[in-house]
Amino acid sequence: MEIRKLKPLGYLALLVMALLVLAACAPQPAAPAQEAAPAEEAAPAEEAAPAEEAAPSGRGVGDTLTILYWQAASIANPYLSGGTKDIDAAAIVLEPLASFDENGEMVPRLVEEIPTIENGGVSEDLMTITWKLKEGILWSDGTPLTADDVVFTYEYCTNEETGCGSLTQFNSIASVEAVDAQTVKITFENPKPYPYEAFVGATAPILQKAQFENCVGAAAQTCTEQNLKPIGTGPYKVVDFKVNDVVVYEPNENYREPDKPYFSQVVFKGGGDAAAAARAVLETGEADYAWNLQVEPQILASMEAAGLGQVVTAFATHVERLMINKTNPDPALGEDRSVGVYVTDPDYCPEGFEGYCNVNNHPFLTDAKVVKALSMAIDRNVIAEQLYGAAGKAVCNVLPAPPRYASPNNDDCLVQDIDGANALLDEIGAVDSDGDGIREYNGVPLKILYQTSTNSVRQKTQALIKQWWEQIGVSTELRNIDAAVFFGGDPNSPDTYGKFYADVEMYTNGATGVDPQIYMSNWLCSEVSGPWNNWLGNNVPRWCNPDYDALFDELSATADLDKRAELTISMNDMLVQDGVMVPLVHRGSVSAYSNSLKGVRMNAWDSEMWNIADWYREE
Amino acid sequence: MGTYFVRRLLTAIPTLLAISFVIFAILDLAPGDPTGTLPPQIKMEVREQIRKALGLDEPFHVRYLLWLKQFFINEPLNIIEQVFNVQIGDSSNRLRVTSWSSRGKPVVDLIVERTPQTLWVVGFAYLLSVLIAIPLGVVGAVRQNSIFDQISTVMAVIGYSVPTFFTGLLAIVIFSVHLKWFPSVYNTTLKVTDWASFVAQIKQMIMPVAVLAFFQTAALSRYTRSSVLDNLKQDYVRTAYAKGFREHYVVIRHVLRNSLIPVVTLVALGIPQIFAGAIITEQIFRVNGLGSLLIIAIQSFDIPVVQTTTFIFAVLIVAFNLIADIVYGILDPRITYS
Repeated sequence: MEIRKLKPLGYLALLVMALLVLAACAPQPAAPAQEAAPAEEAAPAEEAAPAEEAAPSGRGVGDTLTILYWQAASIANPYLSGGTKDIDAAAIVLEPLASFDENGEMVPRLVEEIPTIENGGVSEDLMTITWKLKEGILWSDGTPLTADDVVFTYEYCTNEETGCGSLTQFNSIASVEAVDAQTVKITFENPKPYPYEAFVGATAPILQKAQFENCVGAAAQTCTEQNLKPIGTGPYKVVDFKVNDVVVYEPNENYREPDKPYFSQVVFKGGGDAAAAARAVLETGEADYAWNLQVEPQILASMEAAGLGQVVTAFATHVERLMINKTNPDPALGEDRSVGVYVTDPDYCPEGFEGYCNVNNHPFLTDAKVVKALSMAIDRNVIAEQLYGAAGKAVCNVLPAPPRYASPNNDDCLVQDIDGANALLDEIGAVDSDGDGIREYNGVPLKILYQTSTNSVRQKTQALIKQWWEQIGVSTELRNIDAAVFFGGDPNSPDTYGKFYADVEMYTNGATGVDPQIYMSNWLCSEVSGPWNNWLGNNVPRWCNPDYDALFDELSATADLDKRAELTISMNDMLVQDGVMVPLVHRGSVSAYSNSLKGVRMNAWDSEMWNIADWYREE
Repeated sequence: MGTYFVRRLLTAIPTLLAISFVIFAILDLAPGDPTGTLPPQIKMEVREQIRKALGLDEPFHVRYLLWLKQFFINEPLNIIEQVFNVQIGDSSNRLRVTSWSSRGKPVVDLIVERTPQTLWVVGFAYLLSVLIAIPLGVVGAVRQNSIFDQISTVMAVIGYSVPTFFTGLLAIVIFSVHLKWFPSVYNTTLKVTDWASFVAQIKQMIMPVAVLAFFQTAALSRYTRSSVLDNLKQDYVRTAYAKGFREHYVVIRHVLRNSLIPVVTLVALGIPQIFAGAIITEQIFRVNGLGSLLIIAIQSFDIPVVQTTTFIFAVLIVAFNLIADIVYGILDPRITYS
């Protein structure tokens, strides 16, 4: 009986199975239909490729160039991102007025020459800079580039509601005006000794006014088409952008150099991890270029040994450092922990900070000798070689490059000196009086809470440093915080690097471009982070030195490069010798490219894609 | 049956609303910030402006109600407009749920963009594992403790206990690095237009599909095996044998049908997970489907994407639970819904 009942159910079961099959397959035909659109756009590119021109180079004569970024690009408008992956995806299309080459020297892109005082481009009083656009530059849609586009770009980024990530580069500009169609004049609010910030480098390229006109301010957030497929003057144009996956480019038929770019297609693929990206270039040869290969040094070396490609490194100004909290982060203080300003001169209190000066100083880290001992105990070479490999060099300066700005005065830190550190602590009376293995400073045990973001290299660094500090009688508690929280600016989170509820914290920072002025402004008294500015100040050590501020004021008014270098070095030395920061590793960028790819000039001062117009293939 | 179905549908509405609120609240309480992934050179005050531009300074209830409006009113209107090619109201100014990390890109478009590769790889692997696991489980049960059963048991234990990030890497090292048979990077822009591109598509699918299917087959075949074993001991099977039916007839016509009832339910409940993607496998082979969409959004704290995709998964899970219940009732007449 029961068997008979089940009979029609057999067919039902089959039907369900069939439905399952359909459910898994049905949407598949949608795939080609959806991808059809870019194919149409691709068509005009073919007619634009004059393939018969000069053999090795010629526009679009090459095959596909595959670039792997293990962090996928999500937008091609650098003003709305700030992430390197997005800036590089945009740098293939958008161009600034001038770029930095691999040595940190400025090279003109959209202009005839770099304006200087000598050629009259920069006014004698340092109040204006005038850029002259090259004649005949066309956007990829065939319309001419004019000074109006440059002015528009300034208005776009400085509109408060745009949320522009490159805003600092447009600081203290009074006006940007188009003198004529080819001439842009920037007037500053006060003398600007280094006027090459706005429109220089991949973070501040020129946007097309016609395309972005309706995307200023709050509307910037909804301009999908513009943000993903900006019209540029660069060698390639975006034909397809799959967010967080892949960007496909084809040659810009209106590019100013008639026989460039070489490749008929560029694929900018994202996803996976750094090791897999390195493998795809160095071992399987599937990709031509892989970016930011934070891979264990030994693994990278063994991949490179396969002989399909090479690993390149470039250094800019990024330094992994320990930030020293000059205020007391003791949790017992509740809301008042890490709130305050440590002023080196007890008689001075900067304007606006009355009532906060020297009220909550750290019990022992305000003594530069304690910090010096902590620094001496660290073997930077071990950290750099074992954990960073080609991507790191031991360093003793907050600003290690360009060479002109690198201080020669702190290099003694390169050699670890545990005995010296112990002697120094003994000398200042910080001895272990109760026999628990931990020294006391004025009765306060040297116990340090040391925080950083969650990242395997950082945790290994923490472990090494903890062990060295134990050897000098300093007890360390380690803590790591998810990067999105740690580097975030949520004023309600107790775990951000700005709140700094710890004694020591570690992260990387560096200058944008080659000029250090903006970077050095991070440690001015006015930048001290606290509740008065919603913890949005950039001076997280809460260290205030009127002498430093005076040097900075002098720097802001000095145009002579040698004098600027001298001032910067003094400021750097002050930061290191006052124990505000303990520099650890000078971090470089590591990329790899296949042997057949030529013309790559690895660049840490600008986008790695800065000269992609010159890349070509030679088997 | 009809009233039951309607009642279930109606109770699903408050359930889903509650789920959407819980997801939104959890994401809001979670520590983190979309500007946390920006490079260190970007100054604090600039970060604050970016947060404002994203609307993060609005209070919680305003943001939640805005999302509800965008998701339940604006998005369906947009779908209706696209499907029927009509215009309803001021559609160009209607705010859609958009991603933060790629400003202005509607989340629904992102999901549509990524569904094909997820279905190709994860869906195909699921289908394959169902097709392999059921015969494997049945034969394993009927020939219990045979060599075949022993081998399939060992394989199932390996498949179930070795994680896909290991098998995936192993496959890449063997088949991509050494043998150079298959690509290790999945090309999502590949269009199947002719034989060569079809072969390329098959080649890039083989490794991720095999890795995933190996893992899923293991669990499902064990489940089928134990379900068949339960039924083999039943009286009706003995009766069937007593009637003189041959073994394969008894197994296929009687045992299999009854054993598949729970398995089909399990398979139906697993379908929403296809849409959730296979995060790890997608990451290893750079399939960049729905799983990687979610994980990248979580990493960059792109709340609208996380909120919308998790909610869509929730809808699918509720829907397939309902479908599984109904299918179960149809397959097993002993169960009635009244």
